[in-house]
Amino acid sequence: MKSTWKLALGLASAITASTAVSNAAHAEDLTLCWAAWDPANALVELSKDFTKETGIGMKFEFVPWTNYADRFLNELNSHGKLCDLIIGDSQWIGGAAENGHYVKLNDFFDKEKISMDDFVPATVVGYSEWPKNTPNYWALPAMGDVVGWTYRKDWFSRPELQKEFKEKYGWDLAPPTTFDQLKQIAEFFQKRQIDGKTVYGASIYTERGSEGITMGAMDVLYSYGFQYENPKKPYEMDGFVNSEKSVKGLEFYKALYDCCTPPGASNSYMGEGVDAFKSGQVAMHMNFAFTWPGLQKDENVGGDKIGYFVNPKGPDGDQFAQLGGQGISVVSYSDKQESALKYIKWFANKDVQAKWWSLGGYSCLNSVVKDPKFPSSQPYAQAFLDSMAIVKDFWAEPSYAPLLQASQKRFHDYVVAGQGSAKDALDGLVKDWTQIFQDDGKM
Amino acid sequence: MLNRTADNVARATPEPLAKRIRGISDKGLAWLFISPTILLLLAINIFPLFWAIYLSFTNYRANRPNEVVKNLGLANYRRILGDQDIWIAMQTTAHFVFWTILLQTVIGFTLAWLIDRKFRGHAFWTTIILVPMMLSPAVVGNFWRFLYEPQIGLFAYAVSFLTGIPPTNVQMLSNVELAPWAIIIVDTWMWTPYVMLICLAGLRSIPEYIYEAAEVDRASNWRQFWSITLPMALPFIMLAVLFRGIENFKMFDMVNLLTGGGPGSTTEVASITLKRQAFESWRTGYSSAFAIILFVAVFGLANIYVKALNKVKQR
Repeated sequence: MKSTWKLALGLASAITASTAVSNAAHAEDLTLCWAAWDPANALVELSKDFTKETGIGMKFEFVPWTNYADRFLNELNSHGKLCDLIIGDSQWIGGAAENGHYVKLNDFFDKEKISMDDFVPATVVGYSEWPKNTPNYWALPAMGDVVGWTYRKDWFSRPELQKEFKEKYGWDLAPPTTFDQLKQIAEFFQKRQIDGKTVYGASIYTERGSEGITMGAMDVLYSYGFQYENPKKPYEMDGFVNSEKSVKGLEFYKALYDCCTPPGASNSYMGEGVDAFKSGQVAMHMNFAFTWPGLQKDENVGGDKIGYFVNPKGPDGDQFAQLGGQGISVVSYSDKQESALKYIKWFANKDVQAKWWSLGGYSCLNSVVKDPKFPSSQPYAQAFLDSMAIVKDFWAEPSYAPLLQASQKRFHDYVVAGQGSAKDALDGLVKDWTQIFQDDGKM
Repeated sequence: MLNRTADNVARATPEPLAKRIRGISDKGLAWLFISPTILLLLAINIFPLFWAIYLSFTNYRANRPNEVVKNLGLANYRRILGDQDIWIAMQTTAHFVFWTILLQTVIGFTLAWLIDRKFRGHAFWTTIILVPMMLSPAVVGNFWRFLYEPQIGLFAYAVSFLTGIPPTNVQMLSNVELAPWAIIIVDTWMWTPYVMLICLAGLRSIPEYIYEAAEVDRASNWRQFWSITLPMALPFIMLAVLFRGIENFKMFDMVNLLTGGGPGSTTEVASITLKRQAFESWRTGYSSAFAIILFVAVFGLANIYVKALNKVKQR
């Protein structure tokens, strides 16, 4: 009887102790907030190594892109403690820094000898710095991303289509290097019958609700000569945003939408673009590079059937691409900042970054992307590298949200709804943006 | 005998509870019971309303909690009333409210009148007609989005079958002319049964003897409809119009799911503009002022309407 009691007591103690240990472990669990997309799944896989190394558990809060900004900006603005680490969009950096949402990482980087010189310069400026081009770091570049294009290599290589194309346009059917070429290819494929199916020219961004049409139109506008402001006089936008070249760029984007997109593609963004390409509807597809690993693996359109190309050049030979991607930050309202910083330190490690790339994430570390084997490591690696070399980003000001909403409205009204002219849209945009900066006291 | 009975009743009647709880009157007890509800109402309705009124006079932005809040006086209100985009959104809302109410009232009343004939199987058809309003707006919005899809949607194929227009040209949600009607069709499909139910209640409340008297007077069916059915069902119809009007004035879910306000700003009703200003542009003070303007507009119109409804009922 005595031994039974002892056994029971022992068991109870063991259970209590294991619960206490487990609770202690859970108390140290970190929550990482990000968008719900393929790279997030890769990060879950990658983070298992962090837990193995440190014993710190990882929890994840992933939100679909359509609600990503709303959900997490609300969380930050309400000083919520849900996220210990956040992979926030590049445009949030100004607001997050000025409103104290992110922990400033300069001292931590100095202490841990993490140098921003080890990362691709565009990603440091885009994801980490505020004010831009100053050594004030609020995030570690985490996920490099950029808008580029995929195309149906198998369709492009069909002899009968190549012949017909050459006869019609006088040059070989190949990935376009200029926007004019891109439009010719898109027109060529529009409503063409391929394998008994009607296919269309291109899938481009037209989404109205969040940031879609701005990300798409800017991809063209940059290469046409659009500038956000006078390089010599900040916030002076008249003549830059609405320059003649910008007007031509926006007119081109509308022409591309009118001539060469699938029917009903008036509210299309990343997901819709992937669907259009995967279902074999389009010959070319504009999208962020994060979609490429998934498409490459696709049974119907991946493998040898898919090719990648960099955003084409504008009429004057300028070539830029819209920056995507994000940096990882420590949330200043978190009670577990020390553990969160451990994660950042671990994530900045060379080997971890190499594994991150191999799992489907896009590393921003020079040692990974400048490795001689990198361009041949994946079929899309070279296009990614070339694209990252020509990036430009949208305003990263604290007022980025109203700035973005203004461009979403102006671009959608003109490109999709056909209201007014490109000049009207860009003049209106200058007016809206001026008002926003005046409200902020910056003009 | 009577006194004895009264005494018995008095003895059987329990003492007021308040007497058993020393120091609390009946009135005090009543307040005690309703105070949780009142506190809840104050916390989630009244306080936010007054807070929104306060914010509407400021430049407050919810995404910049550290910024100094400035009093702007009536500047937000002036800017809203002078903003062309706001007026366009109000026009879009008015267009949407007018057509949905008109269609739902006409079709709803007609259906109620037919169902009221009590033909064979009318109970079954009533249930079938009620199905759309039992569905969640999120579900309805999503499946209509697929129905409207120009490449695979049944709607496009049905229109193509009837008119000969290729289905890929039937772009209900992408076409500037068609998109507002796409939303009106879905809202009418979903909420006509609701109007029908209210009208049916009105028709069933008309006493049979009035029709019998009209028959005796040899009034034609047409005459009976105009002189008895319609006037007596009118308060119910007006009530349905009031309910649908208020609902559709603040319509958000269906528009957001179907078009998101697009193409361009073609279907951007006031509630979508409000959401964009409040939760995407984070102009909290400005959007509070807009919300107050919308509240006053709905409240004012509803009051005028209720007065008209009371007059009709008193006739």
